[in-house]
Amino acid sequence: MSRTPAAVASQASAWRKVGIPTAILSGFGLLALILAALAIGKYPVSLADLVGVLGHRLLGLPSRTPAAVETVVMQVRLPRVVAALVVGAALSAAGATYQGLFRNPLVSPDILGVSAGAGLGAVLGIYLGLPVAAIQGLAFAGGLGAVALVYGVGLAVRRHDPVLTLVLAGVAVGAVLGAGISLLKVLADPYNQLPAITFWLLGSLSSVTLGDIVAILPMMLLGLAPLVLLRWRMNLMSLGDEEARALGVETRVLRPVLVAGATLVTAAAVSMTGVIGWIGLIVPHIARLLVGPDYRRLLPASLVLGAAYLLTVDLIARSAGTIEVPLGILTALVGAPFFLWLLAAGRRGLG
Amino acid sequence: MLLRVEDLAFGYGARTVGAGVSFGLEAGAVLCLLGPNGGGKTTLFKTLLGLMPARAGRVLLDGADLSRLSRTEIARAVAYVPQAHAAFFPFTVREVVVMGRASRLGPFSAPGPADEAAAERALATLGIGHLSEKIYTEISGGERQLVLIARALSGEPRLLMMDEPTASLDFGNQARVLTQVRRLARAGIAVMLSTHDPDHALLCADRVVALHDGGLAACGPPAETITPALLRRLYGIDVVVTAVPGVAAPVCAPILD
Repeated sequence: MSRTPAAVASQASAWRKVGIPTAILSGFGLLALILAALAIGKYPVSLADLVGVLGHRLLGLPSRTPAAVETVVMQVRLPRVVAALVVGAALSAAGATYQGLFRNPLVSPDILGVSAGAGLGAVLGIYLGLPVAAIQGLAFAGGLGAVALVYGVGLAVRRHDPVLTLVLAGVAVGAVLGAGISLLKVLADPYNQLPAITFWLLGSLSSVTLGDIVAILPMMLLGLAPLVLLRWRMNLMSLGDEEARALGVETRVLRPVLVAGATLVTAAAVSMTGVIGWIGLIVPHIARLLVGPDYRRLLPASLVLGAAYLLTVDLIARSAGTIEVPLGILTALVGAPFFLWLLAAGRRGLG
Repeated sequence: MLLRVEDLAFGYGARTVGAGVSFGLEAGAVLCLLGPNGGGKTTLFKTLLGLMPARAGRVLLDGADLSRLSRTEIARAVAYVPQAHAAFFPFTVREVVVMGRASRLGPFSAPGPADEAAAERALATLGIGHLSEKIYTEISGGERQLVLIARALSGEPRLLMMDEPTASLDFGNQARVLTQVRRLARAGIAVMLSTHDPDHALLCADRVVALHDGGLAACGPPAETITPALLRRLYGIDVVVTAVPGVAAPVCAPILD
């Protein structure tokens, strides 16, 4: 059997070489980004102070930094940084999974209505003047409920291709939920409620607390587990229902499990931060351009890139201007040009 | 008998496409399925693969009723080669071929060295080892068809089901695929393929099954089964079937008005 000349196999073998060294390198890159995000802000913290605070809090070393610095790092910045990492990773992994399941590069985690459902839940909570925890709970329930509704419609309508039915049901249910959101925006008090609604629908990490993160973490882990464990099988799912079944994959079990996992992480993320668009659409593409379509590498790459991407975007959001720019605006403003550049520069198509 | 079809009725939704179909296939034999467009060849394939439930009758795989087997159990014995298509994502050929190992792996496992080796063997069997690092979406249609056969072989099946493997291939690639079909049969694999070309059945099949109007129009050895009368019944045209010096099998040619 002859070996391919290196020149011909360049891109493919480049993907294959994405191994342990790259993983370690990207790990260090992410760590550096985390330290930068903890240090940079309206109240700059020197690297020495940062090391002092972290050493004191994490390793129990004696404290040598002022209490104010410690408060900024631990109370203000750390929750945001952790939330950015968790939410960015979760939305990207969910996006990668949805894109494979639905064999469509334009698919984002919103495809089955999870964002619209969460949006309606949160907007309703804001409209009714409920406390923050209740708004988050309504958003989470709304996201899951919308997807359950779409999936139920998909199961009830059995005459067409199951994947296509799901997508179309998602579009229809999403439209109804969007109409509900618009109606509540019209009815809402324009001075207090409407800005809160708009802000929520564009996503923000500014009010996230460590308690919020702890509350959603079990859902995140529960949802991510099937995505990570079944990631090689995702390759087969991306071939389409019939072919995957012929190859021995029980898609009727696997698809609902994967949809449930991706939906759970998305609903948990959105309930905490509001709707942050674009990440779940764009990061899987960037990851695919870098490491290829094999989910064994694509999923870890999406997790790391998504975490780094949202961390970077949030850093810009809170340090670029005098007021905080909502994340939904920045993810698109930062992401789209970068994506277009990659599209033009990269040799590999999107499929 | 590896595959036995007993009085099978098949169809989808409210429509019964075919009924009363019976035939058998043993290891190392090639069975060619003939029939006009819309004659139910693909539906029959899907039913035999267990992708659609049988409406009546039974499909027995090694004596076991197909409807009682799990997807994994079916896929371990029967591999499906779809028509060459464009995969959605730009997987490498090696990644595509190793997917054929899915039925031999636990749900949470990824292919290991033994699976990669099986994929390499399948590529080598078909003589396309040089393609392994190429991108599946960028190779030619003929190469894709061979890759899909390699994917099926990597799972070490005993029965290969090929849905029109020569459709959309050029003349040379059609011959290459048929040659592979014969070689696989010699290696002890049972092959069932559908085709639109009776010449292909005459060239490589041990047995021909012809579907017409939802029923079995003929079933038997190709030289006896493929007659002008059968082809007239299947396709509604006049055909000459004749021996040609230097060609082992008889050759068919349509008579144009």
